[in-house]
Amino acid sequence: MNIAAPGTPVANEAIRCVRLTRHLGAGDARVQVLREVSLAVEPGTVSAIVGPSGCGKSTLLYLLGLLDRPDGGEIWIANENLAQAGDEKRTQVRNEHIGFVFQFHFLLPEFSALENVMLPMRKLGRATPAQMTARAAQLLDAVGLGEKTRRLANQLSGGEQQRVAIARALANQPSIILADEPTGNLDVKNSAMVFELLTRLAKENGQAIILVTHNPDIAGRCDFLHPMRDGVFVKKR
Amino acid sequence: MLTNLKIALRFLLAKRRSMMMSLAGIAFGTGFIILTQAITTGFQEFFIRTILGTDGALRVEDKFQATVVNLSAIDAEGRYAGGVEVESNRKYQEGVAEPGRLTDAIKRFPDVGGVSEVLRGNVSIQSATREESGQVYGIELENHMAVSDIGRQLVVGSMDDFRKAPSGVLVGSALANRLRLRPGNSVLIAHGGQSTRYRVSAIYETGIRDIDKVRVFMHLGEARVLLRKPHGASYLQVGLKNPDRAPEIARQIERIASHRAASWQEREKVWLDVFRFFRILAAITVFTIIVVSGLGMFNTLAMIVMEKTREIAILRSMGYTRADIALVFMLQGGLVLAAGIALGWLLGALGTWGVSSVPVSVRGIFSTDHIVVAWDCAHYAGAALAASVVVLIASWLPARRAALLEPAAIIRGASQ
Repeated sequence: MNIAAPGTPVANEAIRCVRLTRHLGAGDARVQVLREVSLAVEPGTVSAIVGPSGCGKSTLLYLLGLLDRPDGGEIWIANENLAQAGDEKRTQVRNEHIGFVFQFHFLLPEFSALENVMLPMRKLGRATPAQMTARAAQLLDAVGLGEKTRRLANQLSGGEQQRVAIARALANQPSIILADEPTGNLDVKNSAMVFELLTRLAKENGQAIILVTHNPDIAGRCDFLHPMRDGVFVKKR
Repeated sequence: MLTNLKIALRFLLAKRRSMMMSLAGIAFGTGFIILTQAITTGFQEFFIRTILGTDGALRVEDKFQATVVNLSAIDAEGRYAGGVEVESNRKYQEGVAEPGRLTDAIKRFPDVGGVSEVLRGNVSIQSATREESGQVYGIELENHMAVSDIGRQLVVGSMDDFRKAPSGVLVGSALANRLRLRPGNSVLIAHGGQSTRYRVSAIYETGIRDIDKVRVFMHLGEARVLLRKPHGASYLQVGLKNPDRAPEIARQIERIASHRAASWQEREKVWLDVFRFFRILAAITVFTIIVVSGLGMFNTLAMIVMEKTREIAILRSMGYTRADIALVFMLQGGLVLAAGIALGWLLGALGTWGVSSVPVSVRGIFSTDHIVVAWDCAHYAGAALAASVVVLIASWLPARRAALLEPAAIIRGASQ
């Protein structure tokens, strides 16, 4: 991982952002949350963004995940600058290249664990229903929920739900996994298990993981650590 | 699409009670529109069949002479620059002077199914018990049967008796009741101080009380003698293959034959307007049920959007487009709509079938002993269209709101 200079990405980068700026709020309440932040992440690595609340960690993550638009700067994914791309394009890239794991699992409670994991695959539409079912079952098995595939999301514990969310994030084999405090809502035991799962599965598939966390233990186990303060990276490891 | 449908269905089932209320409203609204239209249209069509079977599709009567005025235009130098002929006023001559020639001319119209020459006159009718005033209608039976339902309107007696008896008459049921007449009785019919005895061959009932209480049909030759009119006719009753074209053919006959021609639509305009008014009134009244159901649908979907913002955000984050999200909510409306229409059609059909056997005696403008209904696909299509418009509008607003939700803002809010 490196702090990148402006320009097109190099071939072995999963994602690169260049001089991202972002303001939030309006009028007198308008504040600059990100100040020309640049970042490049290689496949098969785990990067942690840490810092106090309000420093811009999550905002950066949402920008990298194309859920939000920067006021300035570039976001390169799959050799395309998508910072100001249209909504359709950004949505399609999210579906194909990005997997999200949030602090709150955000599973659809009316669907079973298996169906939740199949949702991104159904949207991508590249596999047959049988292939999608098999892959979802395999992913759930990998996160230790092979026996609970038919359970509705609300019939699972918090840790189990987060593991389903990880399986869902991996469903389309995205090149980038973005995790916003994925263990923030879990106890110590479940936190360790979820982090272990996430990093092991992603590394096995050569996926780049960027996670935002307040947990120093988790941050310490990542390949790269990016402390952030007042909208900029202050130092790197 | 299939995934969106599945999501829509699951979201709907999570709000089962609210959705059932909306579904019930749409089904009842659709069913009631069908039922009310079936009844009002049924009675209207029955009325039209009655008047067509009684007075025919067209009536050609008084001859007229139109005064034509030529309006000329002149240019700036006072020269003739063209002109138009305008009909200024008409002078009417009562009745049809040459019914034979006019009948031949009218029969040349391809849409004309038959023409019956009718001679009409006011008379007094005396039975053994009392005397009533009435009207004699002289007809050629076979011609008149071709332009009316008189053959099917007999309630007592036989048409063969009338056909074979030169002095036979057909008496309206209301008049026969007043005069206590039965087939075989004799009546004395007087006109202009001259009385002639006739024999009742049969009693008919059109259902139109104003007709049944005054009209007496007799053979045309007998009527000419009684009314002392050896030539001419009061009017020609014309039957059409397609009665809906009556106004157009009436205009053509007026232009060609210079006789006043009145279509059944013109003659019965007042009653037809009354029926139309009741149909519209019923449709508006029942449509309010659907509108209220639509408001319920809107509320339910708006609540789902509010409750499902996180799910919407996560669907967006995993690659579902704004159109997908809008479709999920439109499909929820669509699913309730489809079920509501299907159920409404069933309710409407069952209701229509049910009321058609309800005994109700109606006499006056037609005669029936049960509620008359019309089975028309257009009622079902119309009810479905009305429900669709309301539900789709009610669904579109929440769907649009859901599609415009920004996932980052929702996730940021949920995480804090």
